[in-house]
Amino acid sequence: MKYKARLSLDIFFKYVFKATGLLVLALLGGILAMLIYNSFSFFMDVKPLDFITGIEWNPTAKIPKYGMVPLILSTTIVTFGAMIIAIPLGIGTAAFISEYASPRLKNILKPTIEMLAAIPSVVIGFLGIVVVSPGIANLADLSNGLNALNGAILLAVMALPTIITVAEDAIHAVPKTYKEASYGVGATKWQTLRKVVIPAAAPGIIAAVMLGVGRAIGETMTVLMATGNASILPTGMFDSVKTMTATIAIEMGEVPYQTTHYFALYAIATVLFIMTLAANMLGEYFINRFRKYHAA
Amino acid sequence: MLRKSQKLTSVIEWGTLLLSTLLVCFFLVVVIWEIVSKGASQLSWEFVTQVPTDGMTKGGILTPIIGTVLLTLITALFSIPFGVACAIYLQEYAEDNWLTRTIRASIRNLSGVPSIIYGLFGLALFVQALQFGTSLIAAGLTLGLLSLPYIITTTEEALMRIPNSTREAALAVGATKFETIKDVIIPSAMSGILTGVVLTLSRAAGETAPILFTGAAFYINGTSGFVNQEFMALPYHLYMLSTQHQSIDEVRPIAYGTALVLIVVVFLLNLTAFYIRYKYRKNEN
Repeated sequence: MKYKARLSLDIFFKYVFKATGLLVLALLGGILAMLIYNSFSFFMDVKPLDFITGIEWNPTAKIPKYGMVPLILSTTIVTFGAMIIAIPLGIGTAAFISEYASPRLKNILKPTIEMLAAIPSVVIGFLGIVVVSPGIANLADLSNGLNALNGAILLAVMALPTIITVAEDAIHAVPKTYKEASYGVGATKWQTLRKVVIPAAAPGIIAAVMLGVGRAIGETMTVLMATGNASILPTGMFDSVKTMTATIAIEMGEVPYQTTHYFALYAIATVLFIMTLAANMLGEYFINRFRKYHAA
Repeated sequence: MLRKSQKLTSVIEWGTLLLSTLLVCFFLVVVIWEIVSKGASQLSWEFVTQVPTDGMTKGGILTPIIGTVLLTLITALFSIPFGVACAIYLQEYAEDNWLTRTIRASIRNLSGVPSIIYGLFGLALFVQALQFGTSLIAAGLTLGLLSLPYIITTTEEALMRIPNSTREAALAVGATKFETIKDVIIPSAMSGILTGVVLTLSRAAGETAPILFTGAAFYINGTSGFVNQEFMALPYHLYMLSTQHQSIDEVRPIAYGTALVLIVVVFLLNLTAFYIRYKYRKNEN
């Protein structure tokens, strides 16, 4: 090929590559624009304060109610329950893999956790229906086990791989000298783990938890299938709940285009977006803090 | 005496951590055991080669299988070129300035956006604004957008591992930057890129939330596979059979069979990725 042609091809592709970089910006911009535009359309009809503080969600009633509190409370209960299960298990597993497991065992455990992460959410939701729900119904003597506890157990399973992977990285990254200093003054392995390694890895572990929370809040299919989806103000783990994601998934298929109800679902999505963004940004902040701390 | 009790406590401590690890593995075992033990009897040549019949209470799952294959294909055709090109831009061209930092921050944010929001975006952009309607192409592009951040991140990691001396060698013998990328960098990073692509597609193939309102259908007559029409997909089929079907108990065996086929597909894709990564690491050493 002529030199000139090669050179112009080079310049041409430089712009092609750059354009794809800008496409990513356009994608995030597009998502934001969609959320903002539709939320504004919603707030033309319903006062933002009524939306955020209303305690009843019933858009199909004669006088439609667009109160978000039950939805936010549902998401919070399920996520909180999931974290109570997943945090100790996740940190325990991360500590075991990083500090106790032999290299050979590590080579088995790490792919196992990747496999767990690979299971589609709809399959986990299906397990919620056929395994967890009858289990809960039997143990708690309920007519069915489609409730917040079911969702929490499933979300814990879904958040565990994220928590384990990030926490394991953090524990692994704690400098060896810290541990040696601790052993040097006579501490046992466990004491070193609890009093030295985990505190030193704390920002990374907090990051792991925040990323797990982000994953749990945004998860749709498992909660949609396993929590019963009753639009009531939940009072405990055995209540049926309808999370923000499940509400969007159920109602978007039924609403007419560009009605108040349609816009309301985008307003929920905006709140959901802000919540997951906050969780992920907190996670990232702690990861960076952890890196800076140990780079110094 | 002190020694003995110390030894005991250290065993208990070790046991606690081991127990939590075993519990995590137990979750995976439960999922696989439940689905394999109850789905295996359903599995047959007919099950994967016949279309659903009698209101989906009989027949196979050929239609959702075809739908998922075509859907993943569209996702791949869209997300691979754009994702790889964006990673090349970030890794090979971009300077460290505000634009690059904004793009990187956007990618991190996009990978944390819940999949249902991608579904809403696909609905607003492809189905409504661009008038594709609820269709295979709208759903495929939606999943393509969802996959983009993962492809970019994994490709960038693969490009990062190529030593600078490789680039300099190509440039020194007179190759232009584009030729260096096309003939030297991409081929050397190929296995890393492929690993990321296969893992991303396995995730996309199992996604349900983004296709709920962009084109997945309850039932389709025959096998159809036109890009402008609605389609059946394995994950949506499983969701529908286990929660929406009018006789849920009757179709439970088919739901197990569908779940089994779905996790087999996803695990096979994952194993492929592990294999590529393993071979690559071996060659590297």
